This record gives sequence, C-alpha cells and structure tokens, in this order.
Amino acid sequence: MESNGNKHPALLSVEGLGYQVDGQVLLSDINFEISAGERIAIFGPSGAGKSTLIRLMNRLDEPSSGTVYLEGQDYRQISPRKLRRRLGMVMQQPNLFPGSVAENIRFGPTAQGERLDDARLSELLSGVDLEGFADRDVAKLSGGEAQRVNLARTLANKPEVLLLDEPTSSLDQAARQEVEETILSVLESGEVTCILVSHDRTQVMRMTDRVLSLKDGRLIADGPAEEVLNAQSMD
Amino acid sequence: MLSRWIDNQILLGAAQAGVTMAAALIVVALTIRLRLGLKKDILVGLGRGLVQIVAVGFLLTLIFSADLWISIPIILVMIITAGFITVQRIKAIPNALWISLAGISAGAGSVILIMTLLGVIKQDLTSIIPIGSMMVYGAMNANALMLERFHSELVSHGGQVEAGLALGASPEKVVGPYARRAVTAAMIPNINGLQSLGIVWIPGAMSGMLLSGENPAYAGFYQFVVSGSIFVTVGITVIISIVLVRKQVFSKAEQLLIHSDEKQ
Repeated sequence: MESNGNKHPALLSVEGLGYQVDGQVLLSDINFEISAGERIAIFGPSGAGKSTLIRLMNRLDEPSSGTVYLEGQDYRQISPRKLRRRLGMVMQQPNLFPGSVAENIRFGPTAQGERLDDARLSELLSGVDLEGFADRDVAKLSGGEAQRVNLARTLANKPEVLLLDEPTSSLDQAARQEVEETILSVLESGEVTCILVSHDRTQVMRMTDRVLSLKDGRLIADGPAEEVLNAQSMD
Repeated sequence: MLSRWIDNQILLGAAQAGVTMAAALIVVALTIRLRLGLKKDILVGLGRGLVQIVAVGFLLTLIFSADLWISIPIILVMIITAGFITVQRIKAIPNALWISLAGISAGAGSVILIMTLLGVIKQDLTSIIPIGSMMVYGAMNANALMLERFHSELVSHGGQVEAGLALGASPEKVVGPYARRAVTAAMIPNINGLQSLGIVWIPGAMSGMLLSGENPAYAGFYQFVVSGSIFVTVGITVIISIVLVRKQVFSKAEQLLIHSDEKQ
C-alpha cells in the first residue's frame, strides 16, 4: 500500500475486497489500484459482480472483507457522505427526484449546505448538452435526457472519481450513443478519474484504457483494454 | 323482544350475542358461496372476538372494584400487546417492536396520564380503562399503518433513496418525502374520523353514554374529548415512531438496509 508521500501514489487502492450475502459469495479477494486520471472498465458477464464491486466502492454496501484506500486513507475512516461526494456514482437508472432539472442538479450541493449558482448550473447543463433544460419537469424527459441530468447531478458535487454503473444499459441505441458521447466529452474536458461498469465490449474499447475483467465474483484479468478483451475473445 | 322473555341481564346479553352471531354466520355462508377464501379468518375472528370481549367484561366487573393504581399495569399490558400485534405484519424493519412500543407508550401513555391528571378523563377505572384502551387501539393502528407505508415506500423508491445517499445526502434528508407520506397516510383515517364526527357516525363512547341515559349534549362534548385525545395520541405515536424508524433502516455507514426482493 502506497502512502501519500510516495512518488506515484494510487488515488484508489482496493485491497482484498469481498462481499457475501446469506453465505453466498458475490465478490472475493479483489485487488487493484487506480491512479488519478485513469479511465478503467470493470468488464464481465451478468452476475460477475461488477455492480456489486462499484457499489462497494461507493460504500452503498459494506464489504465482508478487505477495504478501499482513497489517497492512502482507509475509506471506513472517511465519513460516508464525504466519501460519496468524492466518489460520485451514476447508476443504471437515472432515479431522478420529482421536480425540475435544476432542483435535481442542485440536490448534492444543497445537501451539504452549499448553493449552486446559476452560472455553474448553466455550465453543468451545457456540459451534458441540455442547455435551457433547467426548469423542465424531470417527468417529461426522455430516457437519454434523464440519464444526462443524472450525470450532471453527480458532477455538481465535483467528484474526484466518477463511478459509472452501466449508465447506458437501460437506454435504446440512439439514447445510448448520445449519453456515451456526453460522458466522453465530460471526461475529456476535465481531470476526472473514471471507473465504468459495462458488459459492452465496444463501449469499453471506446471509453476506457484499462480493463478489469470479473468472472464469478473474482478478478481474472487486469491490463490494457485491447489486450484483455482480445485475450478473452480468444478463450 | 328478547328482553320480554329473559329477565337475567347476563343471559339476555348471551342471547343478543347469539342473534348477532347467527347474522354473522349468514355472511360466512355467503363468503363460502362466493369462494372468497375468508371462512377461516372470519370464524376465528368471530370466535376470538366473542370470547375475548366477554372475558374482559367479566374481568372488568372484578377490576372496577379495585384501586385506581390497577389501571397502570392494565394499560401497560395493552400497550405491550399492541406493540406485538403491530410487528406481526412488519417483520422487515429492524427493531420494529421497540419502535412500536416506544411510539405507542409515548403517544397513549402520555395522553392518558396528562388527561387523567387534568381531570379531562374522570379519575375512575370505569373511565380510564375503556378510554385508555381506545387510545392504545388508535395508536396501534396508526403506528402499524405508518410502518407498513414507510416500508413499502422504501421498497418502491429504493433507487431514489440510494441515489440521494450516493450524492452525499444524509439519510434523514433522502427519506424525508417517504417519511412524510407514511405519517400522512397513518393520520388520514383519524382526521377523516374527526371531520365526520356526528354526521357520518356516532362513535362508541357517545353511543354508550346515550344508551345509559346521559345528557346528549354532554355526551357530545365528551365524545369530542375522546376523539380529540385519540387524535393527539395518534399524532404523538406516529411522530415518535417515524423519528425512530428512519434511523433503523440505515446502517451506521448510512447504507439502506431495506431492499426490494428484486435487488441483486
């Protein structure tokens, strides 16, 4: 485990992470490190434990074993609210709150007693290609628009790491492409480290540089995206 | 008609209950005919209801001659039983029994005590026990409704709750809308009851006073005392319970502990 004082400290370090429910092992002994600015994919078939892993990283569930270090600090020593703001999560479903787009985007800052000003709101909406949508009722948004609001809502907290849990899996082809392009443009415009959960090989190739491959709750490969995916296609 | 043939009051009561039971059996026959699958529940309900209330009647004749302090253990037994009945249908909420006992005790216990000390409820067993039982009963139903609604709101809106947590919000903030809906749902029957008092229905306390020949105007005031006290009881109970339960559905690390069956 590298500390803050090391030359190339890991931003995130996952050590021996495991999770089981009612005796059923969903994730076992996961170890990897991520440096700032990396874009990695957690890849694997349904039931491999991808979403379980990303939920553990956001500490929405409690690991049965192991832990995660954020800049060398055990994440159990960081208050869950601070941790979740630093590791912003975009879930499969937008899960927007009833109300306007602006209210949704302001939710995170308001929850910590801050005010998101109009200029920043416009900037966030522009970043997800939804200019002029601030007063729109979220009930009237398309699936793709709702997911882009979800992304902007997470970005409003200025997270250091973006955890994307299959953000396009519930969308049709056209919406999928538009959300994917939005995420790519957000990643290219900032210095956000990104962890993408996906079972879509093409998406993983397009959006990430490194792949962690999971199978039956175990990490079976960790390397450059092309190398890992090619090796798996030959299996 | 029955009273012309039967002089003994106990035998008259038994005969009246018998006629009521016969009428209820007609409904049972109809449910069998309509294949509603309620036969067992209704028969058990009718049997238990008759035995319990008659047994209590006999018990009260003994209790009413005792000292006033006996009302304390009696009300306590009612509260504890109400707590256990509440959690029969709400097993998924951690510590539901303790939450229910705290809520019902705080609601019913405080109102019974204060109203009795102020003399709003007459300081005799024939008033404290039946009126106290109405408050405990009202608290039990409201508490059960609130817990059930809160649980189902969390199950159906688990995604939004976790989205709020993932954005760094406090558990209290993310469950706020669902807690408010649960409290509202629990209080609506009681509010409806107050609004319709005297127009749609004449509740038991006033009916009993009228049957025993009390002044109808005084009976009206007293009925409001009872209904208003039940409303206060319900309000305190559900507010105490919701404050307690919204902490219980999260772990110390602020993780939602209630999930739908579909969660992977």
